[in-house]
Amino acid sequence: MGYMEIIIGGIFVNNILLAQFLGNCPFLGTSKKMETAVGMAMAVVFVLVLAGVITWLIYAFFLVPYKLVYMRTIAFILVIASLVQFVEMFLKKSIPALYAGLGIFLPLITTNCAVFGACILNVDKELNFMKTLVQSTAYAVGFGLALILFAGVRERIILARVPKPLQDTSIGLVVAGILSLTFYAFKGMI
Amino acid sequence: MLSLSAILFMLGLGALCGGALSAASKIFYVYEDPRIGVVEGFTALANCGGCGYAGCSAAAVAVVAGEAPPSVCIVAGSEATANIAGVMGLDPGTAEALLSYNTCTGGDRAEDKYHYMGINSCQALASLSGGQPVCPVGCLGLGDCVRACVFDALKIGPHGYPVVDEIKCVGCGACEKVCPKDIMEIKTMSQKLLHLNQYDDRIAPCQQTCPAEIDIPKYIYQIKTGDYEGAVNTIRERNPLLLSCGRVCPHPCESDCRRGLEDEAVSINQLKRFAADYEMNSGRRLPISCAPDTGKKVAVIGGGPAGLSNAFFLRRLGHEVTIFDAMPKLGGMIRYGIPEYRLPKEVLAWEIQSILDLGVEHKPNMVLGRDFDIGSLMAAGFDAVFLGIGAWKDYTLRAEGEDLEGCYTGINFLSNFSLWQQERPHEKRPFVGKKCVVIGGGNTAIDCVRTLVRLGADEVSIVYRRTRKEMPANMVEIEAAEHEGIKFTFLAAPTRALGDEEGKVVGLEYLKMELGEPDASGRRSPVPIEGSETVMDIDMLITAIGQGPDIFFKDESKRLDEDLQVTRWNTIDSADPIALQSSIPYIFTGGDAATGADLVVSAIGAGRRAARSIHMYLTGQDVTPPEKTLFTNHIPVSIFESVPGLTKLARTKMPELPVDERIKSFVEADLVISEEEALYESNRCLQCCLICYNKDVA
Repeated sequence: MGYMEIIIGGIFVNNILLAQFLGNCPFLGTSKKMETAVGMAMAVVFVLVLAGVITWLIYAFFLVPYKLVYMRTIAFILVIASLVQFVEMFLKKSIPALYAGLGIFLPLITTNCAVFGACILNVDKELNFMKTLVQSTAYAVGFGLALILFAGVRERIILARVPKPLQDTSIGLVVAGILSLTFYAFKGMI
Repeated sequence: MLSLSAILFMLGLGALCGGALSAASKIFYVYEDPRIGVVEGFTALANCGGCGYAGCSAAAVAVVAGEAPPSVCIVAGSEATANIAGVMGLDPGTAEALLSYNTCTGGDRAEDKYHYMGINSCQALASLSGGQPVCPVGCLGLGDCVRACVFDALKIGPHGYPVVDEIKCVGCGACEKVCPKDIMEIKTMSQKLLHLNQYDDRIAPCQQTCPAEIDIPKYIYQIKTGDYEGAVNTIRERNPLLLSCGRVCPHPCESDCRRGLEDEAVSINQLKRFAADYEMNSGRRLPISCAPDTGKKVAVIGGGPAGLSNAFFLRRLGHEVTIFDAMPKLGGMIRYGIPEYRLPKEVLAWEIQSILDLGVEHKPNMVLGRDFDIGSLMAAGFDAVFLGIGAWKDYTLRAEGEDLEGCYTGINFLSNFSLWQQERPHEKRPFVGKKCVVIGGGNTAIDCVRTLVRLGADEVSIVYRRTRKEMPANMVEIEAAEHEGIKFTFLAAPTRALGDEEGKVVGLEYLKMELGEPDASGRRSPVPIEGSETVMDIDMLITAIGQGPDIFFKDESKRLDEDLQVTRWNTIDSADPIALQSSIPYIFTGGDAATGADLVVSAIGAGRRAARSIHMYLTGQDVTPPEKTLFTNHIPVSIFESVPGLTKLARTKMPELPVDERIKSFVEADLVISEEEALYESNRCLQCCLICYNKDVA
């Protein structure tokens, strides 16, 4: 599997939101306004790449040698949660501008299953370190792309006459389904 | 065996993560203001998000950063607000409750640019060419604010704009944030009191014109619906002297009344007087709320309309106010200049008492420069000074014979007579001649002649340089003087007063004039006719040709003499007529002292503007006018050429005492309209806003 394939696959074909349906809570929760969607997308890119790399290291150097692969779920959760906390402290001290930019979205990612899911997918496919890095980045970019596209659509939806039972999240889910279908068109690419 | 290694692994990983995090928290420690924790402790800690911040700790950070008021927590209540203000060392004045209110009164009557069915949110409608109403600042009426309010304090009222339930509103600001047209505003009482008319306000032409910026359509609406107390409160938000203004105001607002374009203007001032008299006659003073005490002291020098208005607003903002006045009683020119028949002193006293009742201190018979000076005020701990000394010095003709016996000046005559009438009626009455002449065409001149008539002068006349059309006096006053038998000699320029051998005035020589070309101000200036000298037989002469501030106190203090700038008309110089700050930063001015003789209502407006500046000065802000202040200008879009859709309705006549009755005494000549008349007149009001108004009035 070449790098190009990983990138295209991660962003479009196996889009973490629209093809694998992971991370739906921030997808619906932060997509009402373009501004928040962009903030969330940035935070996810940042954390997902870091988490992908760290969890791969833990998997390759601890879990596999000690035959503890069956412990990966709980280990990854612990590591990701600590990582997010650590990153938050680090940014606050070292890069206050980035910290202020990411704002509330950074701690929210602790509970983002897209991050965890991407880490599991990385190790499932038995990718090497570089490929893990590229794959994580591609997933994160795919997440950001889907979220920003969706936010753009939702900002327009308020102009439309939506029947009362379908307003807000309901119409959001319908739109998410249609977006997901359109992403299925990428299926044949790889 | 497997489970043991798993447990050991998890323990190890947990210890590693925990250790790394605790080490990181030491390494990456960032100093955080300890007040944040304390402030957070005072919030409700419910993380409800009602304040608009992401949780209580975010709100606490915002408070400490000065981005949120101490009242940020909408759940914790006023005690928490006071505690937070205490932690922050903030002016408790800012801890006043916020309240939401709607500034658009157009609603359904506002015309639409287009019809677009199908949108059900203001936000969405606003993104389509700014929304459908023609009015650029009008309410869209789709109720985003109603949906945003989690306290159920808002609903779309019967006229298609949101109505606030003041009891349920907690001032969270959700409606303000969500409104795409900035119609919903969250303000404290102080902020409302200090608001100056701005270019982007939703205000009718009358309110734009009123020098005191009273919300005229609102109080007329309240009169119409029988809420007289509400009307009084609305007027008092801008004008504490409503009884006086209701009597003596020349109502510049009425000249911009939209009804006046097609019909006769609404009799706004009589409605104001009706509401004001209602309060007085009810015998019950309506409560006036004040912000919490700030501990700042302000000295108001001069207890005239400007000083009283300034003291009233400063007191309501929570400052401690002392009025120093040169006369025995408060009121200034409206007590000692305006005669009893126009403004009964009993009425004035009632009105002034309501200002003093707020806790304003009054120090009578204190003349600036004689009994105290600015330096002694500073030594007594005053933080700012308002200089509202009025314009009490008559201009003189600079003509021969002005100092003859029987010659007086306008303000001098009126105030002396008033003093005698109010303070020492048992003493000898000031001199009144048989054949009296008053020179001048302003309100002072008219007040003099109407006073002389009542004092029993046989023949009273006015000598004025120009014609009746150019007289600066109020038209109502000129007409009343004519009815009372005053003679007018127009186009006559006095040259000298003639005296007899005892030094008493016996005649006035004047030159006849004719009107020449219009001058820069658009008035045709009079030109003397050569050799037209004429002599009138008189035994009393009053010159009332204008007045300016008496600034003798400047000479008494070196500091003031050097630093306090005055204009060439002896008025106190303020670089900005809205900020009204003098050349000495802690001295503010307003009223006649700043502008020269002007209307009572202008002085009241200036008193409020100066109160705003003093408040800014005392709270450490830069004293600047708001960017979009309207001041005396008009919002162009609100000024119409014609007003279609009206049915003509006659204006209510002002009831007045019959002439033969009123010229015998100083009993008030103008009377108040009846309740039916007030209802009729309030129904004539079109309830204008910026561009819309009620059509088809019945």
